[in-house]
Amino acid sequence: MLEELLPNINWETMIEATNETLYMTAISVAATFFLGIILGLVLFLTGKDNLWENRFINWIISAFVNIFRSIPFIILIVLLIPFTKAIVGTMIGENAALPALIIGAAPFYARMVEIGLREIDKGVIEAARSMGAKTSTIIWKVLLPESMPALVSGITVTSIALVGYTAMAGVIGAGGLGNLAYLEGFQRNQNDVTLVATIIILIIVFIIQMIGDFITSKLDKR
Amino acid sequence: MISLSKVNKYFRSGTAKNETIKAVNNVNLTINKSEIFGIIGYSGAGKSTLIRMLNGLETPTEGSVVVAGKEISKIKGAELRKARQEISMIFQHFNLLWSRTVQENIAFPLEIAGVPAKKRAERVNELIKLVGLEGREKAYPSQLSGGQKQRVGIARALANNPKVLLCDEATSALDPQTTDAILDLLVDINQRLGLTIVLITHEMHVIRKICHRVAVMESGQVVEQGPVLEVFKNPTAPITKRFVQQVTEPEETRETIENLLERFPKGKVIQLTFVGEDVESPLITKLVRNFELDVNIVQGKISQTRNGSYGTLFIHIDGSNEEILRAIQFIEEQQVGVEVMTHA
Repeated sequence: MLEELLPNINWETMIEATNETLYMTAISVAATFFLGIILGLVLFLTGKDNLWENRFINWIISAFVNIFRSIPFIILIVLLIPFTKAIVGTMIGENAALPALIIGAAPFYARMVEIGLREIDKGVIEAARSMGAKTSTIIWKVLLPESMPALVSGITVTSIALVGYTAMAGVIGAGGLGNLAYLEGFQRNQNDVTLVATIIILIIVFIIQMIGDFITSKLDKR
Repeated sequence: MISLSKVNKYFRSGTAKNETIKAVNNVNLTINKSEIFGIIGYSGAGKSTLIRMLNGLETPTEGSVVVAGKEISKIKGAELRKARQEISMIFQHFNLLWSRTVQENIAFPLEIAGVPAKKRAERVNELIKLVGLEGREKAYPSQLSGGQKQRVGIARALANNPKVLLCDEATSALDPQTTDAILDLLVDINQRLGLTIVLITHEMHVIRKICHRVAVMESGQVVEQGPVLEVFKNPTAPITKRFVQQVTEPEETRETIENLLERFPKGKVIQLTFVGEDVESPLITKLVRNFELDVNIVQGKISQTRNGSYGTLFIHIDGSNEEILRAIQFIEEQQVGVEVMTHA
């Protein structure tokens, strides 16, 4: 019956495309989480009246973040072609999408990290300093744990954006569900392929949101 | 234990260039070992900045700050961090880590000091008993009342056996009953551990209840300092008088007196001030027995301080003018302060 309703679906390619999407999302989310936290921490710590107050570094990072956050993703992919070729060696396939995905999402997430860190009560940082804590101790034992719910809900939102980005990257040859929906669904006018690819993407998004909400609520003891 | 000499702290004003605000202005203070020293002032008086210089969270623009033999105003980096473990601090808003349980919060300074896990657990247990939080070890700060949170704050501050405890408006966010319980705990710690306590507050009640000595701050300067009872007895600066009134005169007194002055144009309304031992002597009985006077008690209040009591009593006396004058003279001879009230 499924075959009657969805005549053009090749489930093997569909599963393969899903795996590619999941792969691109997972790697880029992990890298974005890591890079975004580092950038967000530097943004926060070099900010005004903070531990490493430094207007110059703050300005540089801030400019970098703002520029890469503002470039539309589809243009960013094109702009990054030379860079991608240099480090990945190709423009085709899932790995080729990664540099653009990470460079597109990390600045976005860095801002969310910074906002999350700013919400930490200044008094708590002062208390840690009054106990003789080093900056590294403050980062690991105060800043990160105290902002963790914000960091997790931020990465949830960013992950969902990244699923969308992978679909866009797919259109220009990176594989995955976006690629399948565009090439097999749109260009060959097989609407059922587009529909199923969309449903799978929606399911991935819902699952990410559920996991994110669950972890956030578990972490938040406020 | 603590000495500040010629300490100044300037802040650059945000609005105009080259304009500075003197947050702390030429402050000289000496605080003895095992003393509870209070600094009182309204907000903006510079007391917050002053107390933060004692653990190097603020550095003085000029002058020197020496705590427990170390010149806090000079040392930096690892040496300052080490010194801070001996000068701990509690805060108005407690500043606990919400992500940690009570015991994890108390363990935090021990982690910073590099105490091994097993010793940490033992010390945390001792501290939980000391501050009376048994049974709440696994609770998160959000599940505690204000008083319990401050107990965690105190336990955390005591973890590394400090020599000095700084209290930054530690009871200002608490209700009166909880305030008293926390103050009792501070006195208990002071007596048991011989800890030097420096506290800043805007409540004279706190000074009265636990401090040995007090300094009054106004616009960055220490305008008055001395043993609490002395300051209560002879407040010289106007601001000190206002603070002393907080605990000796109920707010409605002034109104009542005005009212009385109007109701009894005859006779006099007198304010009696008792200090130390005299509080207990039966002055009113003597007045009524020895003089041809009607004595009417208007209002009174006696406050206990760490080194004696301090009280004020308002009475209305009526009789012949000579008799009133004789009575006032008699009261003065009893070493009781007398002030004849008039319309404000």
